[in-house]
Amino acid sequence: MAEFWMSEIIKECARQRISLAEYIIRGECENSGSTREQVIEKMGKMLDVMSSAANGGLEAPIRSNSGLTGGAAYQYHQYIGQGSSLLGTVMSSAVEMALSCSEVNAAMGRIVACPTAGSCGIVPAAVLSVGVSHQKSREDMVMALFVATGVGMVIGEHATLAGADGGCQAECGAAASMAAAAVVNLMGGSDEQALHGAAIALKNMLGLVCDPVCGLVEIPCIKRNAIGASTALVSADMALAGVQSYIPFDEVVTAMYAIGKQLPAELRETGRGGLAVTKTGLAMYETLFGTPMSL
Amino acid sequence: MNATYMTGSYSVFDITGPIMVGPSSSHTAGAARLGKIARILAHNSVKKVTFQLFGSFAQTYKGHGTDKALLAGILGLNPWDLGLRDAFSLAEKQNVEYIFEPVTKPTQQGWENYHPNTVRFLITSENGEVFDIVGCSLGGGKVRIISLNGILVNFTGESPILVTRHYDGPGIIAAITSILYQDKVNIGNMRVDRKRHSTTADMYLELDSDVTERVVEEIQKIPGMLNVILLQRINEDQSLNNIE
Repeated sequence: MAEFWMSEIIKECARQRISLAEYIIRGECENSGSTREQVIEKMGKMLDVMSSAANGGLEAPIRSNSGLTGGAAYQYHQYIGQGSSLLGTVMSSAVEMALSCSEVNAAMGRIVACPTAGSCGIVPAAVLSVGVSHQKSREDMVMALFVATGVGMVIGEHATLAGADGGCQAECGAAASMAAAAVVNLMGGSDEQALHGAAIALKNMLGLVCDPVCGLVEIPCIKRNAIGASTALVSADMALAGVQSYIPFDEVVTAMYAIGKQLPAELRETGRGGLAVTKTGLAMYETLFGTPMSL
Repeated sequence: MNATYMTGSYSVFDITGPIMVGPSSSHTAGAARLGKIARILAHNSVKKVTFQLFGSFAQTYKGHGTDKALLAGILGLNPWDLGLRDAFSLAEKQNVEYIFEPVTKPTQQGWENYHPNTVRFLITSENGEVFDIVGCSLGGGKVRIISLNGILVNFTGESPILVTRHYDGPGIIAAITSILYQDKVNIGNMRVDRKRHSTTADMYLELDSDVTERVVEEIQKIPGMLNVILLQRINEDQSLNNIE
């Protein structure tokens, strides 16, 4: 059997005359022994929880468990409400939803890891901002999530989804790539276009380091989710216009993994490099843990 | 010809999922899941618990809510229960005593070397029974119990495990496997371990399908059998349906 690369999966989809979403659903059925209905219903559950998280931080400011961060989603929601946003409806609502998911996560609220908790805002923000503004059905959004998941499965298989292995490009990068593919699918683009979107988004996130202040999933993760969602939308929009990635998706995944391996440990989720060791980052560490960081 | 589908090593809901309380799948969701499994292994009865924290758990447990998550799991909550946040007050209400003990020095057993996110539960149950359970949070909310009362195991909750301690003598293993055979239970993985100068042996079996308590009772009756523990497969999908 061929290897689990997108180029092979797409060939197989063509041979079987099924869509990428359908391929991923059937694979899951075969693997888990669940029925098609059960698998689709479970993904529907994921969408419901995503939607709650995407809205949970908008109406009132929420604080993180550590007390370090909070209130950005609320602040941005107010600003949109005043008609002040520079961005259009889709993009501004994606930004507020991504902020909300990530703030809900930091506040020990309920989220869907997608692919990780640290990057949990990107796929929901992209899918829901487009889905709601374009009045897409729940079923369409669920199918888009299967496309996103297929992209994530290939990244996990041939690269990594852990910041500790590959930096932020492996978490927010993977999420943006997944989200771009989902949005292309949701807007009626082909599977090939979805993969161009996924490739374009991941290319833009290559090299992004994981340098969380105090080692917590807050600074800069929350805002990186918002901008990760915007990357996904811009990439999807280009792909829907017919713009193609010169470097195919599978090769971008390979590059991401190689770059992750080249990142020093300080920039892979250890909280010992980058923003984490700035003057302010170190001061936050000392305030939170009551002792200076031993470097 | 039946169509077959490539899937790689991740399932769909490893990528989009799990549903969990934040902020970290390894430090929060995995911690809660470990606590929940430890509670089940302690027969759902916890009077007192000491959490020994190793590696990254010892360093960052407060900020990630690892303490709340472990305790919530011990109290029976699932990784997606919002009650995780209120674990301390919930423990007080249920009269469960708890201590967190970050361990930064090397231990005799070397638990700190197994995985960066490791926790040891020392549990005293309502009737005074003591349990010593060690588990690791592997990332993405996945977990593994690596030691149960001093016996090395490999329990992820995905397939049932049978752990036996028996006098070392011919025929005992055959007796156990024939009881499983009668119930058409296949053994996926098997390990027998005898400490030097010991008259007892530990056996660890990973099973391909669920077994009933009756099987455990049958095995318990084998002459020379000292102790049988069955770790049932943990199916979280059903309780997920209760999320409003």
